[in-house]
Amino acid sequence: MSVLSDAALQAPPTAKARGYWATVGRRIARDKVSMACAFILALIFAAALLAPWLHLADPYQGSMIRRLRHIGTPNYPLGTDELGRDMLARLIYGGRLSLIVGILPVILAFVIGTSLGLVAGYVGGKLNTAIMRTVDVFYAFPSVLLAIAISGALGAGIVNSIVSLTIVFVPQITRVAESVTTGVRNMDFVEAARASGAGPFTIMRVHMLGNVLGPIFVYATGLISVSMILAAGLSFLGLGTKPPEPEWGLMLNTLRTAIYVNPWVAALPGAMIFAVSICFNLLSDGMRSAMDIRN
Amino acid sequence: MFAYIARRIVYVIPIVISVALVCFLLVHITPGDPLVAVLPADASQELAAQLRSAYGFDRPLPVQFGLWLWRAVHGDLGNSIATGRPVLSEVMRAVGNTVMLAIAAAMIGFTLGLLFGLIAGYFRDTWIDKVSTSFAIAGVSLPHYWLGMVMVIIFSVQLNWLPAVGAGPGGSGAWAWDWEHLRYLILPAITTSVIPMGIVTRTVRALTGDILSQDFVEALRAKGLRETEVFRHVVKNAAPTALAVMGLQLGYMLGGSILIETVFSWPGSGLLLNSAIFQRDLPLLQGTILVLALFFVLLNLLVDIAQAAIDPRIKRS
Repeated sequence: MSVLSDAALQAPPTAKARGYWATVGRRIARDKVSMACAFILALIFAAALLAPWLHLADPYQGSMIRRLRHIGTPNYPLGTDELGRDMLARLIYGGRLSLIVGILPVILAFVIGTSLGLVAGYVGGKLNTAIMRTVDVFYAFPSVLLAIAISGALGAGIVNSIVSLTIVFVPQITRVAESVTTGVRNMDFVEAARASGAGPFTIMRVHMLGNVLGPIFVYATGLISVSMILAAGLSFLGLGTKPPEPEWGLMLNTLRTAIYVNPWVAALPGAMIFAVSICFNLLSDGMRSAMDIRN
Repeated sequence: MFAYIARRIVYVIPIVISVALVCFLLVHITPGDPLVAVLPADASQELAAQLRSAYGFDRPLPVQFGLWLWRAVHGDLGNSIATGRPVLSEVMRAVGNTVMLAIAAAMIGFTLGLLFGLIAGYFRDTWIDKVSTSFAIAGVSLPHYWLGMVMVIIFSVQLNWLPAVGAGPGGSGAWAWDWEHLRYLILPAITTSVIPMGIVTRTVRALTGDILSQDFVEALRAKGLRETEVFRHVVKNAAPTALAVMGLQLGYMLGGSILIETVFSWPGSGLLLNSAIFQRDLPLLQGTILVLALFFVLLNLLVDIAQAAIDPRIKRS
């Protein structure tokens, strides 16, 4: 008899309580705007990834006799650029570099900034002062100026763009990570872990990381839109990708001279940057309100 | 108050020195010889060494930094390699145009931002809030250099209403406050104003919403204050944060003007920076960035002080 009731007690509850992340996920899935943005982004990412299999025209193959065709020309649904290359193909292929140069710096800065902020916030003291005062120095520059200063000094190139944008975003993420960590550091469960003999690395990795990652992640998602605009901006100035590579910022730059001939084709690459940027912004807003469970 | 200002100024000194250090090091992370722009390709070893010592590049880095900082404090940022003129005067002349553009943009962006933000905050979750919020999110997501192009396409190419580039019929030197010149300012100013408009809207909307949901507002209404009086309290409570955000945005417009100025060929500090980068004019690059960053630091200091002046709680923290 007693064995049976014990088993009944230990049986998993039929209606399982949902965890924090599952709840957040469900809340996002119910938000129409966030889902629409996620869908558009997925479409753009998939197109960029699968570009070689989409039976597109050669994005590098130009022709002097069919330059600057209008949108809606047969065989060239989005027209052709100043060298007669198919715009549709170039916009889709352009997503590859544009998305990498726009998103990779945020990922790198997320990893570096979270580590720095976590260490600064958890260890505190002199190390905190050293890290956070260095961060303050970078805050003394407007981010566009800093990105252009570093890129301008390092010279044009994709790698240099990624490096300079990473340097721009690391201080911002570090500051967020530090302030979140300082808030969590003195909570009882961290104290309990310390009392049970866990070392600082175990505490940071096992007990704190999961608690600070959420807010930092949301912040970083919001940065992607800034990063996309800045990365394409660097290319637009001639500090990023080099021709003939398709990349949205660079395409916007080379098509600038065409605005008197075929303005709307010239404006297309910017529309792509705008679409990606606004989707990430709305998605980040959606995530922020979904994670704010109190409401 | 004076103690607070003094404390803030003391805190700014190490920042200023570090900013100068970053600007100084920029030239030294540059791949290749910093003299590449002045040296002819077939220069002899002696000529290269001579120039190197003339520019001081043969000394140890800390000494170079010390000398550079000493001269910078005395207003000597070296000479531009491309034009041979003093960097400081080149930068200052260009900064004037950037300040003009930034102030014009701030007037548009801040006015609209405050208006949209207050309306959206007051009428949360109504259609008017949704419209304002959509404007705001579009504003912060727009690649502003692209918006500049689109504006040129619509208002210069298609409608032929406004000039596409430049700062006046007589070039950058001959500015005058008449319509003939002001029409050159309209497109760049509107384009620049879009990001601050979006950010101020979002900030003010959140602030207004937060303040209106606090108990003291309820108390004010219960006390029998008219809605205009309540509004005055809301504005007073939102002002310090809104002011800080606007100060920061003004700084971003001053320092981040390079893309807009490139699109519109507006002869400000951004365009100067652009030419410094592509002519590998390193003293000019270094000097422009230093001046812009110092402007930004100064502006932040002023905002901090203004914030403390209108909100006494800040001084004590």
